[in-house]
Amino acid sequence: MKILISNQSELPIYAQIKEQIKEQILNGQIQEGTELPSIRKLAKELGVSVITTTRAYNDLEEEGFITSMQGKGSMVLSKENELLKEKYLLRIEDGMEIAVETAKRIGMKEEELVDLLHKLWEE
Amino acid sequence: MFVLPQHIGKVERNKTNKRREDRVHASTFMAICAVTGMDINMELLEVKGLTKRYKEFLLDDVTFSLPKGYIMGYVGQNGAGKTTTINCINQICNADGGTVYVNGRRYKENPIGYKEEIGFIGDESYFPKEMKISDVRSVQKTFYKSFQEGAFNEMVSRFQLPEKRRISEFSRGMKVKLMFAVALSRDTKLLILDEATNGLDPVIRSEVLKILQDYISDGERSILFSTHMLEDLEQIADYIVFIDQGKIIINEAKDDLLESYILIKGDKAELTPELRSRLIGIEKKEFGFEALIKSDEARYVPKGFVINNPSIDKIMIHLIRNRMEER
Repeated sequence: MKILISNQSELPIYAQIKEQIKEQILNGQIQEGTELPSIRKLAKELGVSVITTTRAYNDLEEEGFITSMQGKGSMVLSKENELLKEKYLLRIEDGMEIAVETAKRIGMKEEELVDLLHKLWEE
Repeated sequence: MFVLPQHIGKVERNKTNKRREDRVHASTFMAICAVTGMDINMELLEVKGLTKRYKEFLLDDVTFSLPKGYIMGYVGQNGAGKTTTINCINQICNADGGTVYVNGRRYKENPIGYKEEIGFIGDESYFPKEMKISDVRSVQKTFYKSFQEGAFNEMVSRFQLPEKRRISEFSRGMKVKLMFAVALSRDTKLLILDEATNGLDPVIRSEVLKILQDYISDGERSILFSTHMLEDLEQIADYIVFIDQGKIIINEAKDDLLESYILIKGDKAELTPELRSRLIGIEKKEFGFEALIKSDEARYVPKGFVINNPSIDKIMIHLIRNRMEER
């Protein structure tokens, strides 16, 4: 896991932590079932307040990325989790939207785009 | 679900977070405590209605509480009442009114136990200058039951404090480290810092911040950190209590405080009466003005203004300016 905090960022620190963990879960750098460092350990390592890391984890939990285990740390939820599935779908949709828009802009036909998709899929 | 003390019925501490179904009602929480045998008293330091009268100064009904496992920044201008508050907590001065609980008990109930739970680090070394490390060691052994010599020796070598030299020959950084070594070699629950990081170089200051985060890492101990080096607090403080002229002005989670204001800069000519009424602590300069505005009133800021997230410094400066104008 990698978290880099910027003091110049527009985003508050808790949101930076949340977004970076989220991104790494979605792109597979943090696998399901991974145990995340405890709130207090993370705060210490990052040099931020405990409330800040608590809030980041609370948000991640509400959004269905992680679950906290009584007396233990937090764990990354399985991809089968409904909330998380939705997030993956959304991500795919976003990517496709860009592809479709760009294709339309240069006058590409639907079949051509689908062909391209097939090729990419095979790779 | 994370059950933390600030979740208990204190919704206002998280106003920026829209979904708050994870709030725990105090009654539910008590039930959890009863079942799991958890310690119900989650406040490590409770200051209630603390009042102290001097000829030209009044510490006026100071009330705040610090839950277990957190760091609270106690900020304010010189002479605002920070040290008076701390002296009352430390029982160095007698308050005219109010009560202080440390880990659930008052000084009167058990003076020795109360003092044993507090570690104090001030801005000046409180050891006689002629002493050496060995003298400090034997004094501590005599005065405190809970003094752990091994832990003390370990810290002396970790901080590379010279055993043979007198304290009068110590640098400012060494003196502060010695105070930390002394305070941390007892089994305390509350660490009180009064301007302890002033005048330290950035390397030692960052070491100190690590030590502080270590101290609270088991979730059982807390720190009251009085300072005007606000950038230190910006990083590690969980709560900010702001005192001005003996009165508490702000008592909030740091993240919420930072998010509740926006710092704007703009042209003086654009200061309409409507905008002016919403601005806090307007500072007029030759080429423009700077002021705070509540985040939820950001829509009243016209386009073309420079908008920034304020630091704790800036929030303090403009709030004090605002209070001076109101007087």
